[in-house]
Amino acid sequence: MKNKELVCGNIAFSEAAIRGGCRYYYGYPITPQNEVTSYMSSRMDEVGGVFLQAESEIASINMVFGAALTGARAMTSSSSPGISLMQEGISYLAACELPAVIANVMRGGPGLGNIAPAQSDYFQAVKGGGHGDYRLIVYAPSTVQEVVDYTYKSFSVAEKYRMQVMILMDGLLGQMMEPVVFPEMVEFKGIKSDWSITGCKGRAPRLVRSLFLGRGVLEDHNKKLQEKYKKAEETELKYETYKTEDAEVLLTSFGICARFCRKAVDLLREKGVAAGLFRPVTLWPFPGDKLFKVAENVKKIVCVEMNAGQMVEDVRLSVSNPEKVSFFGRTGGGIPSVSKIVEFAK
Amino acid sequence: MKTLYKKPESLNDIVTHYCPGCGHGIVHRLIAEVIDELNIREKTIGVAPVGCAVLAYNYFNFDVTEAAHGRAPAVATGIKRALPDNFVFSYQGDGDLAAIGTGEIIHAANRSENISVVFVNNTVYGMTGGQMAPTTLVGQKTLTSPGGRSSCTAGNPVKVCELLAPLEGVKYLYRGAVSSPSKINTVKKAIKQSFEIQLAGGGFSLVEILAQCPTYWGMTPCESVKHIETELVKTFPLGEIKKWKKE
Repeated sequence: MKNKELVCGNIAFSEAAIRGGCRYYYGYPITPQNEVTSYMSSRMDEVGGVFLQAESEIASINMVFGAALTGARAMTSSSSPGISLMQEGISYLAACELPAVIANVMRGGPGLGNIAPAQSDYFQAVKGGGHGDYRLIVYAPSTVQEVVDYTYKSFSVAEKYRMQVMILMDGLLGQMMEPVVFPEMVEFKGIKSDWSITGCKGRAPRLVRSLFLGRGVLEDHNKKLQEKYKKAEETELKYETYKTEDAEVLLTSFGICARFCRKAVDLLREKGVAAGLFRPVTLWPFPGDKLFKVAENVKKIVCVEMNAGQMVEDVRLSVSNPEKVSFFGRTGGGIPSVSKIVEFAK
Repeated sequence: MKTLYKKPESLNDIVTHYCPGCGHGIVHRLIAEVIDELNIREKTIGVAPVGCAVLAYNYFNFDVTEAAHGRAPAVATGIKRALPDNFVFSYQGDGDLAAIGTGEIIHAANRSENISVVFVNNTVYGMTGGQMAPTTLVGQKTLTSPGGRSSCTAGNPVKVCELLAPLEGVKYLYRGAVSSPSKINTVKKAIKQSFEIQLAGGGFSLVEILAQCPTYWGMTPCESVKHIETELVKTFPLGEIKKWKKE
């Protein structure tokens, strides 16, 4: 049996990234994910990788851009205000089709907000964030082990589609310690591709750009991106159901909040309420068709989030009975208690 | 028969989009000549800016990418850290490098990233139609300084070389101009020096090049080169701003 290690979410995704072959980490300090830069600064040394504390989140994401250009596995991470600064770079990564992994350990916003856990960057992660027609694959782990598992696999998923993967967690998951099993170290030697920029020895020069002038050229490029997104939408969907078979009250929730809901489902069932939980693991692609089926015969759908109501919009769009959807949440760093969820849902 | 003059292999044989009399074409050619002479074309990676020179990627015959506005030094950092044996340079204009990209250039310089920067200063935003740049001369009329740049409200021109010179990480700084054949030859030597420093693992260097923009200076090409030599050099003195000391 593999040894379990007790680590917080921030260390979990840092080590999982390294095990997944990431050798380039660029970042800037921000709470509540400061364990990452500190861990990476020494761990990258041990594995012969590069850690650089950039002058800003803007520089971090552009350094990731530079590393990704060469076919290396690169990542950055931050918390909400820092992720806002990265949106320009993420849009360029998307346009240039450069695989990269970005972790957002969400805190309360808007503005400087606070440093308490929140889920209020759902819209930013799922609906675009930066300018232009693009998508990110967004994983919302709800345990520290899932943080490890999804970060580990995110690099190969990013490369498969030449897309950017966001690991969307929150300050609670980032700080909370749980026992995890780390996977084996990947021996990653760099992508063999027909697009990476490595110097033109033995081949024709390559160009990676996001400027597409000329009539119809950008539209064609965007259509190509959309086709790729459609493929990812069909194959990368992930979700979890809990006691939904006979459910009359369906809770929907993502990330850490889904764990409170799981407990709430058990408590509701003890009170005789047939409750169940539908939890999207990928927020994009959103498992709307699956939710449609699960929600078809329920009497009540309650969406629980640590924000003012963001995923609930996708829930309403997905189900055949949107009038049955209600929202329960707390914002600005507030955490919904299990008892309040039970009270609201029963 | 000995060939005395030909198109550099590092330059594609196509017509550029630059305006008549623009300095960019000369700078492109100098870079291409130096890369050919150093025989590094196959390991060169160029980073194009946002601005008039964004399309530089069409003209160079080696691997090129294009960075977001001002971010070329950060992108070049990411490339060079991943491929330390390649030759990496950024090509940036005055708006790109001295306004929106001030943070990126100062910190890449301060870390002494082993990259070369070719900084083309024509004192105006060209691509967007002739707005005031951080390097616009006091009194110079632009689209956004119609009465001439006022130092009271818009500050004085940013002198990039002088700003970077005190940083220990900066190993070589040269300011030249492409306003006459002799000056062009001198700039070429400076570019070569900068590239050789990188090849020797020497650290960060930058060559600033005063270049003519007849279109947005409202001058003929001939008036433009004269303007560099009589006016621009008063604010931006030419020469070696920081000498390379081999460590």
